[in-house]
Amino acid sequence: MKADPAGVLTGAHYLDGDFACGEGAMAAGCRFVAGYPITPSTEVVERISRRFPMMGGIFIQMEDELASMAAVVGASWTGTKSMTVTSGPGFSLMMENIGLGAMMEAPCVVVNVQRGGPSTGLPTMVGQADIMQARWGSHGDYELIALSPQSPQEAFDLTIDAFNLSEIYRVPVMFMMDECVGHMTEKVVIPPAEEIEVVPRKLSKLKPEEYWPYSVNGGDIPEMVRAGDGYRFHTTGLTHDHRGYPDMSAECQELCVRRLVEKIKHNADKIVRFEEEETDGADVVVVTYGITARVARMGIEMARKKGVKVGVIRLIVIWPFPEKRIRELAGMVKAFVVPEINYGQIVLEVERCAAGKAAAVPVSHGGGGVHDPNDVCQAILGAAK
Amino acid sequence: MSKITTDETEILAQQHPIAPYLRMDRMPHIWCPTCGIGTVVKCYATALEQSGVDLDKVAVVSGIGCTGRVAGYMKLDAFHTTHGRAIPFATGLKLGRPEMLVTVFSGDGDLAGIGGNHLIHTGRRNIDMLVILVNNFIYGMTGGQNAPTTPIPARSSTMPYGNFEPPFNLPHLVASCGATYVARWTSLHIRRLTKSFNEAIHRKGFRFIEVIAPCSTLYARLNKLGTGFHLMQFYHDHAEIHHGIDTREVGIGYQDTIICGKFIDEEKPTFLELMNNHYRKVLGDKFVPMPLEGGMIREQD
Ligand SMILES: Cc1ncc(C[n+]2csc(CCOP(=O)(O)OP(=O)(O)O)c2C)c(N)n1
Ligand code: SF4
Ligand SMILES: [Mg+2]
Repeated sequence: MKADPAGVLTGAHYLDGDFACGEGAMAAGCRFVAGYPITPSTEVVERISRRFPMMGGIFIQMEDELASMAAVVGASWTGTKSMTVTSGPGFSLMMENIGLGAMMEAPCVVVNVQRGGPSTGLPTMVGQADIMQARWGSHGDYELIALSPQSPQEAFDLTIDAFNLSEIYRVPVMFMMDECVGHMTEKVVIPPAEEIEVVPRKLSKLKPEEYWPYSVNGGDIPEMVRAGDGYRFHTTGLTHDHRGYPDMSAECQELCVRRLVEKIKHNADKIVRFEEEETDGADVVVVTYGITARVARMGIEMARKKGVKVGVIRLIVIWPFPEKRIRELAGMVKAFVVPEINYGQIVLEVERCAAGKAAAVPVSHGGGGVHDPNDVCQAILGAAK
Repeated sequence: MSKITTDETEILAQQHPIAPYLRMDRMPHIWCPTCGIGTVVKCYATALEQSGVDLDKVAVVSGIGCTGRVAGYMKLDAFHTTHGRAIPFATGLKLGRPEMLVTVFSGDGDLAGIGGNHLIHTGRRNIDMLVILVNNFIYGMTGGQNAPTTPIPARSSTMPYGNFEPPFNLPHLVASCGATYVARWTSLHIRRLTKSFNEAIHRKGFRFIEVIAPCSTLYARLNKLGTGFHLMQFYHDHAEIHHGIDTREVGIGYQDTIICGKFIDEEKPTFLELMNNHYRKVLGDKFVPMPLEGGMIREQD
């Protein structure tokens, strides 16, 4: 359906990534946000708390990020689209109830404007070291979706996509911005509401006496209902059967958790999203995301001038990872070069998918700044040899 | 865990007066014989019945623990969440759909230990919810470890030589945070507890009822206090009702007087009322409140 005009600030604006992300959430129909202040993410909720009272939204500043994430999962069960916003230290605290959201299959969005870690790390400066945490951070097996914008415009556009994906697949979606994109100000065009596609909560049409919250009838994704509509349903973080009732058997664990994993795996082709450039006949393919995708540009151009054929894969959806495409390319290129602001995270995925057919070369940066494009260039030249 | 055969379950389903409020397809429950939690559930269900509220709008939220299992047995919209997080989860549920009547039902360790920070802040904000805290002075589910409510010098599995940490006086704690309704009963006070639940259901704001209940398997056994029956006998002999007493006076010592009663019952604007009134004042016609039925967007049909 089309976006509710109340949340859409149509026009051309000069916004930073944090504000643009907040605008994206409101355009997507988000009407409940719970958060706890943390640099460099706070501007997202500052923007939202200013505009929410005019569109029927509620922002609440919780006592911590444990509470923020718990409140978001609770609000999700009312059908109200919900989101929380944080950075590294808060993201760590949210892991507990991100797992609850995954287990209960509660659609919601978690924004992480990444800064340098570990621990308090570099509060005001960039990092990209929470990428694996987004994928594996809560305990147990589950799959979810993560996106990474490279500009304020994408912060707006992809936040809407994040909400839509969370509704379609009933998962918490991780919105993995980084401090640079969050604090970078650029032109952001917000289209009219009628040009913005949003996925509404799809409620089951079954009668309460026919309905079970985790019945899938051979599919991957159960139909949802919301609290207060007379279904009197039960949901739990415990391993549960199709009725949502706890069942502590290995058989039930297999059914319950396998589906949590497979609902994303089976649909990975539909969810995976990346930009691909000049990979035909490339010697080296640079795999990159977020702010690093823009910084690496210059290094890529430098290497091209030196005669190396360089292709690019820019990840837009990070999880699920574009395994198929990396596998295909691995048989055709000498090496992948993976610049990222961490000591090697996505490069591990690339290496796994390349499976020895092509090298996977990290270009590491500890955070607090972005890469020197020359380092990217040198890595490409070295890999092309 | 007691065993009941299928036939008996069916008989129970027909006969038990609160069966319509329970998921009888989940009986038998996991609670030990003479555990006090079941009695509290019975009183709550009876109060719901007497209250006349629309059950479709009632949600129960629990954390983790023996008491945390309550959500799993109530035939209502019922959420079994994570350890300590029932209150913030319930906050999202309430604010996401303000017409919901939200009850949090959980244990002393869950709500006052790991969830203590949420308890005090939600009281401070006066979020509209009824919190039922079953205090058995111990972590039941995990095998009898020390709780923030364990009296000195009661024994627990992690204080094998007796507890030396001062416990919370919970009514005083929540009263000082601003709770609008504060009461304490034991699971022996069936009639008074039910009446108190019913009364609190009709109040607004952050309402808190502490129920002292036997953990017969762990607290009673570790402290050689007999069975649940003996603890009930103790409540009978040592509970005193003092309505309106200063909550500073209601701390609980080991095998000492348990002061019960309604300590606080006052009207104060809730979080949503404060928010809506404030925005109406400063934003005028521009203010759009969250609809009572929630902020869910739907296809125009
Ligand atoms: C984060 C986390 N830590 C620890 C536990 C283990 N745990 C489960 S229940 C419980 C204590 C519950 O005590 P209480 O709330 O008093 O409930 P009771 O069983 O006594 O009713 C603990 C520590 C857990 N489930 N999650
Ligand atoms: S362990 Fe204690 S609290 Fe838990 S069910 Fe048994 S008696 Fe009740
Ligand atoms: Mg307890």
